[in-house]
Amino acid sequence: MAILEVSNIEKHFENTKVLKDVSFSLEEGKALAIIGSSGSGKTTLLRCLNFLETPDQGKISVRGEMLFDASRSAAENEKNLRTKRLHFGMVFQSFNLFPQYTALENVTLAEKLLAKERPDFKQKKKEILDSINEHGKALLAQMGLSDREGHYPHQLSGGQQQRVAIARALALKPDILCFDEPTSALDPELTGEVLKVIRKLADKKTTMIIVTHEMAFARDVADQVIFMDEGFIVEQGDAAQVIDHPQEERTKQFLTRYTQG
Amino acid sequence: MFWEVTQSLMGGMATTFQIFILTLVFALPLGLIFAFASISKWKPLRYLMQVVVWVIRGTPLMLQLIIIFYGPGLWLGHNIWSGNEAGRVSATVVAFAINYACYFSVIFRGGIEGVPAGQREAGQVLGMTKPQIFFKITLLQMVKRVVPPMSNEIITLVKDTSLARIIAAYELTFAGYSFMKSDGLTWPLFYTGVFYLVFVGILTLLFNYIERRLDYFR
Repeated sequence: MAILEVSNIEKHFENTKVLKDVSFSLEEGKALAIIGSSGSGKTTLLRCLNFLETPDQGKISVRGEMLFDASRSAAENEKNLRTKRLHFGMVFQSFNLFPQYTALENVTLAEKLLAKERPDFKQKKKEILDSINEHGKALLAQMGLSDREGHYPHQLSGGQQQRVAIARALALKPDILCFDEPTSALDPELTGEVLKVIRKLADKKTTMIIVTHEMAFARDVADQVIFMDEGFIVEQGDAAQVIDHPQEERTKQFLTRYTQG
Repeated sequence: MFWEVTQSLMGGMATTFQIFILTLVFALPLGLIFAFASISKWKPLRYLMQVVVWVIRGTPLMLQLIIIFYGPGLWLGHNIWSGNEAGRVSATVVAFAINYACYFSVIFRGGIEGVPAGQREAGQVLGMTKPQIFFKITLLQMVKRVVPPMSNEIITLVKDTSLARIIAAYELTFAGYSFMKSDGLTWPLFYTGVFYLVFVGILTLLFNYIERRLDYFR
């Protein structure tokens, strides 16, 4: 059964329709890459999934639980919004690390704030905080950043910052991890280290949605690819199939432009 | 004579300090409220704030002080300020707090808007509540941004307290000036400059310290 079901999502800003009848589903443990030119609606789609934007039409459900349904009242959709958000993790193009916190604090902050709501927090405060710190350290280790725990974001390279951001997004154990052009703000020599980390996550069967311009990476790492253009899903299917043998004319044009540089 | 003058100026300094502290106590939170009002999603409130800020920044503080102090007696028919020193200081603090809150609100608004939207969004996707996002993420970044312009305003406030002389509040400048009238001495007035300099010097050290404390992040 699909872990994520997105059906008939529509979204417009002012008078421009940004998403038109977008539907797709994703199986647990699979990686989905969304490709397409700038302004095709990829990022808006990701922002809708993370409830940073509210779709005008459509439904979003995770593990069979309806998280958003445009036909319901706004109050119903906003109920438990925080818990609904926790199904998704988000890695931003511009990292958005909190500058006043160290790498480790960035990773553990949200988990610590959530832990405060636990009824046993007062009695077991120390144990709980210790275990959150251990978890944070393990995540940074997984990102190859054990020696950077105490560093502030401005003391880290872009690639290191993005890896901290990935650890931060993983900390709350989301069902689906979303990446919004995770390497677009990086120097070419730093993209490799971030892509390597994402590839490892794919190997560990992390359910992921990756908006990316790295075609070779999408082809290798993703199981599934969606090509978007002007707010529509033009073509979707098996990653290698879509990228190597696109069926639609617009997909072909887009990919040709890419391979020609 | 020097000791006598110094003592008298110390007395004026106490009032100056009182006006300074009380103005900050009221103007800082009021400025934050004004700042939020001026970026409110409700248009009438936003427009109202624009008009208030325009009127307050567009007229001399001295005039505002005169209106606050004499206005109630002149137009409402009864003076709300008692005729003693406490009444004069209260009127001064009210006029100053409103005036400074308007200037502060513009600085605070810049501080709030200067924090990238991505910071708030990162907090949202991590399931944080609005208060958590404000207190744990944006507040400190805002403070860092507003410290330099705020130190400017606060140092200006030290010297603006001398305007209270216009309603005969016995602050530092008035204390120095009174020796001219009573004893024909001019040096006590110039001597007040030393008091202002020391006061501002201490504040400058304090602001430098705060800026250094916030230097650990960018």
